[in-house]
Amino acid sequence: MTVAGSPAVATRVGRPLLGGRRFSLDWVGVLPFFAYVGIFLLLPTAVVGIGAFFNADGSFTLDNYAHLSRSYVFKATITTTLLSLVTALGGAFFGALLAYAIVTGNPHGMLRRLVVSASGVLAQFGGVTLAFAFIASIGSAGFVYLFAQSHGFDYYAHGIWLFELSGVALVYLYFQIPLMVLVFLPALDGIKPQWREATESLGGNTWHYWRYIAGPILFPSFIGAVLLLFANSFSAYATVNALINQGSPVLSQQIAAAISSEVGAAEPGFAKAIAIEMIVIVTVVTILYTLLQRRTARWL
Amino acid sequence: MAVATRSVQRTRRIKLQVFRIVVFALAAVFFLIPLAAMVEFSTRGINGERTLEYWTSIVQYPDMIKAIIASVQLALITSVAMLVLLVPTMVWVRLKLPQLSRIVEFVCLLPLTIPAIVLVTGLFPMYIWLGTNVSDSILTLAFAYVVLVLPYCYRAIDAGLGAIDVKTLSEAARSLGASWLTVMWRVIVPNISNAILNATLLSVALVLGEYTVANVLLYSNLQVELVHLGRANAGVSIAVAVASLMFAFVLLVGIAFVGGRRRRTQSEAVTNLGKGPVQGSAG
Amino acid sequence: MIQRSGVEVRLENLVRRYGTVTALDGLSLTIAPGELVALLGPSGCGKTTALRLLAGLEEADGGRVVVAGKDVTGLPTNRRNVGMVFQAYSLFPHMVAWENVAFGLQMRKVGTEERKKRALEALELVGLGRVANRYANQMSGGQQQRVALARALAIRPQVLLLDEPLSALDAKVRARLRDEIRRIQLEVGITTLFVTHDQEEALAIADRVGVMQLGRLEQLGPPTLVYTRPATPFVAEFVGLTNRLAGTVKGGSVEVRGVQLPLVQPDIADGPATALVRPEAVTLIGRGDAEEGPLVGTVLTVAFLGAVSRVTVDLGDTTVLAQMPTSAASQHPAGTKVRLELRSDPVLIQREEPVSTAS
Repeated sequence: MTVAGSPAVATRVGRPLLGGRRFSLDWVGVLPFFAYVGIFLLLPTAVVGIGAFFNADGSFTLDNYAHLSRSYVFKATITTTLLSLVTALGGAFFGALLAYAIVTGNPHGMLRRLVVSASGVLAQFGGVTLAFAFIASIGSAGFVYLFAQSHGFDYYAHGIWLFELSGVALVYLYFQIPLMVLVFLPALDGIKPQWREATESLGGNTWHYWRYIAGPILFPSFIGAVLLLFANSFSAYATVNALINQGSPVLSQQIAAAISSEVGAAEPGFAKAIAIEMIVIVTVVTILYTLLQRRTARWL
Repeated sequence: MAVATRSVQRTRRIKLQVFRIVVFALAAVFFLIPLAAMVEFSTRGINGERTLEYWTSIVQYPDMIKAIIASVQLALITSVAMLVLLVPTMVWVRLKLPQLSRIVEFVCLLPLTIPAIVLVTGLFPMYIWLGTNVSDSILTLAFAYVVLVLPYCYRAIDAGLGAIDVKTLSEAARSLGASWLTVMWRVIVPNISNAILNATLLSVALVLGEYTVANVLLYSNLQVELVHLGRANAGVSIAVAVASLMFAFVLLVGIAFVGGRRRRTQSEAVTNLGKGPVQGSAG
Repeated sequence: MIQRSGVEVRLENLVRRYGTVTALDGLSLTIAPGELVALLGPSGCGKTTALRLLAGLEEADGGRVVVAGKDVTGLPTNRRNVGMVFQAYSLFPHMVAWENVAFGLQMRKVGTEERKKRALEALELVGLGRVANRYANQMSGGQQQRVALARALAIRPQVLLLDEPLSALDAKVRARLRDEIRRIQLEVGITTLFVTHDQEEALAIADRVGVMQLGRLEQLGPPTLVYTRPATPFVAEFVGLTNRLAGTVKGGSVEVRGVQLPLVQPDIADGPATALVRPEAVTLIGRGDAEEGPLVGTVLTVAFLGAVSRVTVDLGDTTVLAQMPTSAASQHPAGTKVRLELRSDPVLIQREEPVSTAS
C-alpha cells in the first residue's frame, strides 16, 4: 500500500546531511522489530547454515552436504515430500469443502464463529496428545475399532496402519483441514454475489459459473493454500514422532536423530545440513506461493 | 409454455442445504471423535464406570501444575511481547515507511519457512549462553515463541489495519495535538481490537500447543510434561490435554462472540449515519 | 448493433414477501416495445425487487411476468434472455473487457472468433473499443459500467434491466453516462426497465416514470406529468421540491395567503388544507417597500446553482422556497424585503398529517 504522505502533517524530522539529503529518523521506529528478528530468527538460521560447513574439530568441510545423499536421508526426503503432498492436497480438498459450507451460511451467525474458532484451535493441535487421541479412538484398543470389529469390519486385518505413514497422514489431516479453512475462507468471502447473478443473466448455469467464473478466480488462492499446507506438513515433527519412533522416516526426525546420536556427535554439522536442505525445499515452495499471490494481484 | 413451478431456485437451495448438512456432519464426526476419545479415556474407571479421579488428581502432580502455570505465563508474555513488537511496527510502516511493508511481510512469513526443529537447532547455543549468563527460567522460551507466532499474528493484525484508514485517523489525532503514544494507544488500538484479540488468541493457542522447541531446549512446558506424565499416568495426562484444548476453545469462542457484538454495533452506527433526510423536500 | 423493435413486457399483480415484510404489493405495469420505464422511489420501496422478479433472480409469491406474450414467471434467469446491468462489482475480475462482453455469447455457444468480433463491436457501441484488453480494476467506474452495458447488450436480449447503474459513480460521470445509456437504448430500440432513487435521472431519460412507495406504484406517467401533476403528496414531495402552504379550499379552488389557486383535482370538499406549491411557481417582486401582507417577507438565503438560484424567504410564520433564473435572483440579495407572487399552476392538496417519507 503506497500512500503519498501529506506534507502538512508528516513529521519527517530531518537534518540536512552531506549534499542536502535528509536523514530520516523514521527508520528508528522499525529498529526494535528488525533487531529482535535479527537476533532470534536470522541469527539462529545463520548459525545453522554456517555450522553445516564445519566439522567437529572446527575445520571447514563440504562433507556434511555431501552426506545428504546418504540413502536414509534421501529416502526421508522422498517420504516427507510425498507425505506433505498427500496431506496438503487432502487437507486442501476437504478444507475447501468445509470452508464453502461455512461461507454459504450466515456471515455473522454463531455457526460460522464456532467453526472458525474451532479451526483456530485445532490448527495448532498436534503432537503427542493428538496422536494419543487417535490411538484412543481408532487404535486397536479404541472404541471405534472395537465397535467396527464387533460389526464385522476389522480394518486392521492387514496390519495396524495407524503407526505407519498412512496413519500419520490421517492424523495430519486433523490440523491441515482447519488450517485450510482459516486460509481459504477469506478467498471465498471475496466472491461477490453479483458475479453469480451476472452469469445467470448472461445465460450460464451452475456448472458454467464454477467452470468459467468462480473456479478460475479461486484457483490461485487454492493453490497458494496447498503450498502453505505443504510447508506446514513438511515442517511437522512432534506428531509424526509420537506415532513412529523407530527409523526416523521423516526429515525433521532425521535432524533430531542427527543431533542426539553418536553420528551427530561426530558430525555436528550434519544435522545442520539436513536442516538447510529442509529450508531450501520449503523456501522454494514459499517462493512459488508468493509468485502466485503476485499473479492473483494482477486482477485483484 | 412456462415451466410449471419455480423450482430451480428452490432445488438449488435444497441441494445446498443438503450439502452443508452432510459436510458439517462428516466434519463433526471426524473432529469430535478423537476429542471424545480423550474425554472418555480420562474419565474411564476400573469397571467401565465414569470417574473424575484423573481430573481431580491433577493437583497431585506438582510438576504438571508447574508446567501448566509456566505455559500460561509463557502464553501471556508471548502475546504481550508480540503485540508490543508488531502493532507499533506495522502501524509505523504503514504511515511512514510503506516501502518496507513487503520486507516486513516477508520477515514475518519466514518462521513458516524455517521449521521449528531447525530454528531450535540454531537457538541451542544461544540458549546455553542465556542459561548460564542471564537466566535459565523457562520463561526465556518467550523469546523463541514470539518468533514462532509472527506469521499468524502478522496476518491477523494486517487484516485489522487494512480495514481502517490508519493514515486519516492518525493525521486527525495528530492535528488535534496527540502524541504518537496517544495515537497508538487511544486511536489505533481501539479500532483494531478485533484483530488484536485474534492475534492474541492465535499466539495463546500456539504457545499452549508447542512441543518441539521446549523439548530440545530441555524445558518442561505443558506439552513436554504431558508426554512425560503420559508415560507414568496416561489418564491424568489426557485430562490435562483436554482441559487445555477446552480452555483455548472457550477463549476463542468468547472473543469471537465479543468481537462480533462490537462489530455489529459499530456497523449499525455507520449505516444510521448514512441515512440522512435524503428524499422529500430536499429533492 | 442491429436495429430492431423491442417486445412488450407486462408485470401483472406481482407480490413478493420476505417473512412479514411485503416488498411488492400487487404491482402491475406494462412496458411498451422499445419504451424506457424508470422506477423511482426511496430505498425499500420495492423497485429493485420488481426488477429482480423481472430478471428471474427472485421468485414471485404471486402474479405473473409476461415477456413478448410469453409467461416467463417460472423460468430461471438463465433462460429468460434478459440483459442486466448491476449497480457495482458485476464485471468478472479475471477477464479483460472483451472477454467479459463475450461471456454471454460463449454461453450461447458462439465460436471464439465470432464472439470476439461481436464483443469488440459492442464495446465500440459504448465507445470503449480501446480498453478491450483491460481488466476491471484498470478502468474507472464509468468505464466499468459501460462495459457492463456492452456485455448486457451483446447477447441481443429482449429486455434491458438496469439496477441503479449510476448510483456508485461521480456526479459528472453520472450525468454523461445517463445520456449515453438513453442514446444507446433508443438506437437499439430495446424495451428497458431502469431503477433509480435519483429523481433527476428518472425524469431526464425515461419515457414514463413510475414512482413507488412501500411496494406500490403511486403514479405512472410521462416525466412532465408526474412533475406538474403529482397524483399523491408523496409523489409531489419525492419528485422535485415542494412548498407546503396552509390554505382553505372553497368551491373548486384553494385560497393560499390571499391568492386563489386552481386545484389539480377540483372536486374536493371545502375546508382547511395544505397546498403543495412548486418553487418555480413562486416569483419575487419588490425592492424594500414598506408593505405588509401575507406574502411579504425577508430573503434569508440565496443558493446559487449556476443557471438557476433558489431563494429562501421568511414570511414570519413560515418559510418559502422560490426558484428563478439567477439574473432575477440577484436583484434580491439576503436581507432585502420582498413580496411573493404565486403563479396560478394547479396545486395538489393534502388534508391529513403527511405520511413520513423518510425511510
